[in-house]
Amino acid sequence: MLKKRIIPCLDIQNGRTVKGINFIGIKDAGDPIELAKKYVCQGADELVFLDITATIEKRATLHALVSEISKEIDLPFTVGGGINSIEDAAKVIAAGADKIAINSSAIKRPELITEIAARFGSQCVVLAIDTKYVDGEWQVFINGGRTPTKLKTIDWAKTAVGLGAGEILLTSMNNDGTKKGFALDIVNTVSEAINIPVIASGGAGSMEDFKVLFNTTKATAGLAASIFHYGEIPIPELKSYLKTNQIPVRCK
Amino acid sequence: MIAILKYNAGNIKSVENALLRLGYDCVVTDDKTTLLEADKVIFPGVGEAKSAMRYLKNKGLDQVILNLKQPVLGICLGLQLMCSESEEGNTRCLGIFKNKVLRFEETDLVPHMGWNNINRFKGELFEGIESDADTYFVHSYYAELSEDTAAICEYIVPFSASLEKKNFYATQFHPEKSAGIGQKILKNFLEL
Repeated sequence: MLKKRIIPCLDIQNGRTVKGINFIGIKDAGDPIELAKKYVCQGADELVFLDITATIEKRATLHALVSEISKEIDLPFTVGGGINSIEDAAKVIAAGADKIAINSSAIKRPELITEIAARFGSQCVVLAIDTKYVDGEWQVFINGGRTPTKLKTIDWAKTAVGLGAGEILLTSMNNDGTKKGFALDIVNTVSEAINIPVIASGGAGSMEDFKVLFNTTKATAGLAASIFHYGEIPIPELKSYLKTNQIPVRCK
Repeated sequence: MIAILKYNAGNIKSVENALLRLGYDCVVTDDKTTLLEADKVIFPGVGEAKSAMRYLKNKGLDQVILNLKQPVLGICLGLQLMCSESEEGNTRCLGIFKNKVLRFEETDLVPHMGWNNINRFKGELFEGIESDADTYFVHSYYAELSEDTAAICEYIVPFSASLEKKNFYATQFHPEKSAGIGQKILKNFLEL
């Protein structure tokens, strides 16, 4: 049986892991390679690295880091942040990334999804959506959550599938950093409407939050950052808790 | 020396890194002599069947692969190209294994992506691997079951997670991305 995936996310700034709350208030959370290795040992199923500074001058640093991660890690990993063109994607893939996450750049130029999918396959394209509940509906925000697009999240998700996205990484800005649980309503809406995997992100604060996510939505993966970085929820404990609750997970 | 076949399909870097972690030197090459003389050949790949087969034929690499006498390991698209034909672009493949490669019916999410358990092992690749070990898959097409099936996985339908015939071995899953289990399977291949 296909297992539900537990995915730690490492936000990277200037080569360090950092974590913000509600997309602001950044603090240091350690060396990404060391953290990544720790997660491999703990039985994480995949890793996501998002470069949140990602200015053009810093690109070389990111490529070096991706290359280092690929040398050290035998898990699938996704890299995102500042990937604006097929050339950017190709460089990160050449450095060893398995998948590319794109967000603002796909809103600005949706063909980017198709271009990456055509060259590297849909399985390579993770569309990251930052979503916020405003004016009675879930809308898409870009530029690290700073810019509204007025696009409805469900519409954008469907469009992206049509363009060739292989997976949706759905982050609720309302829930992110709150530790009050995932945004089940929008995760449910999106995962019911499309036929590609949805990774739910934002709000995980307890093991029960993951159980509820997998029991009440079609999400195939749960992503979190700080609760894993600071050891509040050790991954092995989370996995055995989920297993006890009849949720299929990979146990080492 | 281990040779990794270089062609127009991705995912070569991670295979290379996995071999380095296991302490093996390798060369990524499409040079016929180097391939024929290597101790082992790995035929990796993430990509599309039709363009990959066309590329192999244009370079004469299809004949090279068929003539390899040393242990060969196909991974993912590598496995599929070693079968007889693929529904992906209605492609005639290498025909090492008689299996057909079909597209998953979309009664569940396609691609089959993530960790899934494999069992009913046959052969040396799976020595020391416990039944129902989880390995990492990413694919929309699958090889049917046949007498060459060396491990079975089930997603939508039961399919060949691994194939084996003479000196040809293949896995649909990615051993290079399957943490400790994958490392053990790669090690078994390298020690053949």
